Amino acid sequence: MTAEQLHEITLEVNGVPHRAVVPPRRLLSDALRHDLGLRGTHVGCEHGVCGTCTVLLDGEPVRSCLMLAVQAAGRHITTVEGLSGPTGELSAVQQAFIECHALQCGFCTPGFLTTITAFLEDHPEPDDAEIAEAIGGNLCRCTGYQNIKAAVRRAAEIRRDQAAEVTR
Amino acid sequence: MTTLEEAASAGTRLRGEQRQVGARVLRLEDRRLVTGQGLFTDDIDAGAYGAAFVRSPYAHARVVSIDVTAALDVPGLVAIYTHEDLPERIGTILPLLIPHPSLFAPRTGYPLARDVVHHVGEAVVMIVAADRYAAEDAAELVSVEYEPLPAVVGAENAAAAVHAAHEDVPDNVAARMVQEAGDAAAAIEVAPHKLDLRWDITRSCSSPLEGRAVYARWDAADGSMRVYSSTQLPTSVRAALATRLDLPLSKVEVIAPDVGGGFGTKLNHPKPEEILVAWAARLLGHPVKWTEDRREHFISSSHEREQVHFVRVGFDDDGRILGLSVRFLHDTGAYTPYGIIVPIITATQLPGPYKLPDYRVEFTVLYTNTVIVTPYRGAGRPQGVWCMERTMDRIAQYLGKDRAKVRQVNLVRPQDMPWDTGLIFQDGRPAVYDSGDFPASLRLIKKLIGWDGFRAMKAQAAKEGRKLGIGIGCYVEGTGLGPYEGGYVQVEPSGRVLVATGLSTQGQGHETILAQIAADELGVPIDRVTVTTGDSRRLGYAVGTFASRTAVTAGNAVALAAGKVRAKALAIAGKALGLDPSELDICGGVVVCADRPDVAMDLRVVATLSNPLRYAFDEQAQAATQFTMPSSADAPPLEAGEEPGLEAYGFYSPVGSVWANGMHAVIVETDPRTAEVKVLKYAVMHDCGNMINPMVVEGQIHGGVAQGVAGALYERMAYDEDGQLQNASFMDFLMPFVTEVPEHIDMGHLQTPSPLNPLGVKGVGEAGVIPAAAAIIAAVEDAEGIDISRVPISPDDIFRLRREASR
Amino acid sequence: MKPGPFDYSAPTTLGDTLTLLADLGPDGKVLAGGQSLIPILNMRLARFPHLVDINRVTELDTLEPVAGDGGGVRVGALARHARVERSAVTVQACPVLAQALRFVAHPAVKNRGTVCGALAHADPASELPAMLALLGGWVEVAHAGQATRHVPAGSFFLGPLESALGPGDLVVSARFPGVAGRSGTAFLEVARRRGDYALCGVGAAVTLDDDLRIVSARAAYVSVSPTPLVLDLTDAAAGRPAATADYAAAGRLARSAVSPEADIHAGEEYRRELAMVLTERALESAARRAGAPGRGGVTS
Repeated sequence: MTAEQLHEITLEVNGVPHRAVVPPRRLLSDALRHDLGLRGTHVGCEHGVCGTCTVLLDGEPVRSCLMLAVQAAGRHITTVEGLSGPTGELSAVQQAFIECHALQCGFCTPGFLTTITAFLEDHPEPDDAEIAEAIGGNLCRCTGYQNIKAAVRRAAEIRRDQAAEVTR
Repeated sequence: MTTLEEAASAGTRLRGEQRQVGARVLRLEDRRLVTGQGLFTDDIDAGAYGAAFVRSPYAHARVVSIDVTAALDVPGLVAIYTHEDLPERIGTILPLLIPHPSLFAPRTGYPLARDVVHHVGEAVVMIVAADRYAAEDAAELVSVEYEPLPAVVGAENAAAAVHAAHEDVPDNVAARMVQEAGDAAAAIEVAPHKLDLRWDITRSCSSPLEGRAVYARWDAADGSMRVYSSTQLPTSVRAALATRLDLPLSKVEVIAPDVGGGFGTKLNHPKPEEILVAWAARLLGHPVKWTEDRREHFISSSHEREQVHFVRVGFDDDGRILGLSVRFLHDTGAYTPYGIIVPIITATQLPGPYKLPDYRVEFTVLYTNTVIVTPYRGAGRPQGVWCMERTMDRIAQYLGKDRAKVRQVNLVRPQDMPWDTGLIFQDGRPAVYDSGDFPASLRLIKKLIGWDGFRAMKAQAAKEGRKLGIGIGCYVEGTGLGPYEGGYVQVEPSGRVLVATGLSTQGQGHETILAQIAADELGVPIDRVTVTTGDSRRLGYAVGTFASRTAVTAGNAVALAAGKVRAKALAIAGKALGLDPSELDICGGVVVCADRPDVAMDLRVVATLSNPLRYAFDEQAQAATQFTMPSSADAPPLEAGEEPGLEAYGFYSPVGSVWANGMHAVIVETDPRTAEVKVLKYAVMHDCGNMINPMVVEGQIHGGVAQGVAGALYERMAYDEDGQLQNASFMDFLMPFVTEVPEHIDMGHLQTPSPLNPLGVKGVGEAGVIPAAAAIIAAVEDAEGIDISRVPISPDDIFRLRREASR
Repeated sequence: MKPGPFDYSAPTTLGDTLTLLADLGPDGKVLAGGQSLIPILNMRLARFPHLVDINRVTELDTLEPVAGDGGGVRVGALARHARVERSAVTVQACPVLAQALRFVAHPAVKNRGTVCGALAHADPASELPAMLALLGGWVEVAHAGQATRHVPAGSFFLGPLESALGPGDLVVSARFPGVAGRSGTAFLEVARRRGDYALCGVGAAVTLDDDLRIVSARAAYVSVSPTPLVLDLTDAAAGRPAATADYAAAGRLARSAVSPEADIHAGEEYRRELAMVLTERALESAARRAGAPGRGGVTS
């Protein structure tokens, strides 16, 4: 068996460029975790169903286990580590998750956080049906989802309040 | 250990003040988890070698030969091991963790299969490589020759014993056990009414989002092994590995870091992978890590739930059960490392909240060529409740009576407490219910679901062509069993309060609830408290996280330890201030005196004083010098019997379990044409005694309900007759998304504190799942007017039943 | 589950892509959205020596309404499910496509998965081949040195996961015609969980005359036949006003026409039953939409 051809790529993650040297088959999820050391993105199934590995690609949720790292070169990736502010202040979604007890073991949580962050950008005033649709592709085994739904509503509220403060 | 009186008074003080305990304190562990700073086992050491396993593709087969030649050229390969490569101590048969006299034919496997494989997924060859990619490349090229043998699948097939799952257990029977109270047969004989019933519950599994994972690092200079494992019992893993690796216990550390869910599937130990990864790390002189993938989890971790129940029940005109005799088959999979705990729990929890003075239960544990069975949230209780509650429904149906009324007639009442069931529970102690108001529970659940108004609702819906049904499920849960759990509390001179317990956490909020307890007991602000769980370096004596026991055992242990620290702090402060400790208290981390407002000694100072060092390292030590400890030249700074430091251990060992209880009620709608089932309303009433953190309690119930709904309507292991698992992925194992769980759960709490432990708490970790299947299926039955005796049920099943009923 | 090794290229022009694919022959495999292919690679269910990633061939990222020639839309090879579902172009020119896409997987998967990729994958459990067949559409296939050929749905889907594509072929676009006249469409599906593969799905198109009587009723089926099945149910429902058409008869016809297979989720009889029920409901819904004000003479 011959050695694999490696590709030198630059992945821009959370606004920071990272160099990595990877074979084409390296999944984006693994590249983020092991080549870049960003271990907040977790892996639950590697067949695209559980949503645990969800990151934002140019602002849109995608399954990082179903992308090759080489495909993400030149794109803007946002992971859970990129959701807090520059001095570590929690985002509205992160804050809401804590307030609503929307996480237990925390393993699926990064996938929800990225998904919901993108969702609220597009739907700042979601109704319950839209919320269910938006998070309907992420599995959680611990919370039973009730508090996650509440967290989405609470995050929308926090965002509203923050926006109102800015305009004041 | 302090006396129970001292502990009880500590509990009283806690209950009286209720600053943190009882409050919806936001979780201390959340910040790191929402910022992606959690540490799960696979997060550790990207440079570790990756391990993968060649696993049996056959359910039952002789291993004829293993040819690794083709794998040897794989780039990145480090090592390949088969059973023959393992030293005796490493490769020898896996332990029987929980022996039992009734388990007369126990069987366990080998870390790497020796001559025969007994289920699809059993590990045969271990590969270590530069990373998991390379390890899988090599695994693919290992060629194993098997001689397939007939496979046994399903409890009834096992009982029929046409084939043997293990060649040396021809009848497939691993264990038989009988427990009885009174004389069920005689009572049934003379009963006015009798029913013979059968109940089936299908195999399922825990499936946490994080699979199992092990990382091991050997320090050759130190001769020590450190292992991180996604496990529910790190202390036990440590003991097992020390034995296997022939190391002193002090040279083995096992840490459960953040664990992404357990639900029972991370209880079995030592896993083949734990032994082999640790051994390989030492042998190779390089860290090794194994992280299972999703398919591996389905075919090699553990399953649970499969049982078949045969019931004979005798009852009177009111539906009062006069005698109950249950015979059930329990499918234990290919091996019995975890003993027969699950069926014992089924047998002893089956009576539920009812008076069954004449009850007999007999179970047979059967081998099949499928994955091993260890507890899955509920751990045998869902099966027992399924049997009992559906039997209650049948009694009501037979008599034409209201299903809640029939239950009411059978309930143990508060004045009957403590109620001795006459059975021996899983901890080997009598199953005696200590507290609970079951009639009040029933009133509450009926109100929550709108039981009395449902007939009218159903009739109205029928006019619109809609099919609605209502069901109810009741349970009791023995929680908080021993043998013990430990707590460690230390106040550092910095003011930080360190708390540790040896059991681990998989999302239940232990870091927060134990901090609440310690903060209240000590009188410190909760933000000064840091809790570590599951780290053998911090507390080496522990049992583990299972059976809804943490709040009771670790909670009380931490309270005891904190109480001791408090007492010591007051003694030291009293000595330094020249005051009697009984006149002192600690508030906000400061020792104060009710009668002397001028007195204030920060715990930091007390901690410094507790350790009479010569050197004033820092501010605290310098500040402490202002308090000259009264001493005489004849007495040493540290008196006989005293120890330096403001720290203490506490161990809580319960006499027996404490009994939580609950009831669920459900209203469902079934589509008259597509047979799809929708849950319209889901109500939960539960009693877990005093709640340390109601927010955490509710979260546990939400999660349990989701698994209960899943177990009723979606999840099962689909084995074919050759023992091939047909749904070893999330595509086909139907774990619920948000769209599959009830939109809302109406919850009611009853609090009957346990008199048996100082905090008055009972466990709640499994409450949400236990009666769900029974309640939901009962509701579907009510909607359809067709008897349903198997769970789970799918629209396809309902369609078939409708067809059969119409013939 | 990690994929085995493969070679990889990411051309940026259609010309380069076709040249490369022709050179690679059977060793080449097109990677578009990857939502079906990468799970297969991760689980090592199939191996491909050389992946040709077309995601940088931006000229393929198109979604256009088509005027005349039956109307409808032309979907370029890189048009993602999410974009096609949300686009006003689809909603106006080919609403059944948007209706069907609602049932495909989940948002994150739809952000990457492509309509053309789903067609090329030819999964009988996929909604998109059925919709292509319902609308009488075709797949536009390019090959180096050849003219682009149009392959109608009936000739494109050969069997489960088997399409008419050969080595060196690339689907560059797919044509979903509209439904002429006063018409309405609907798509319904029953799956075990929301977003799962359908146990049975039905897309229906109904056309009414000026008196609001049914002149055409067609339905296409998901998951109940090895290749997309289209049924002309006009006879069962024709001539009647939309409100009183015998949809039940159409449903019974569907029940006997489909050829479902049993699996662990549902048996054959139940899927037939679903085909019947969903046909009735989808036809009824499509007819109601056709009769709604503002539908007259508009391609929909």
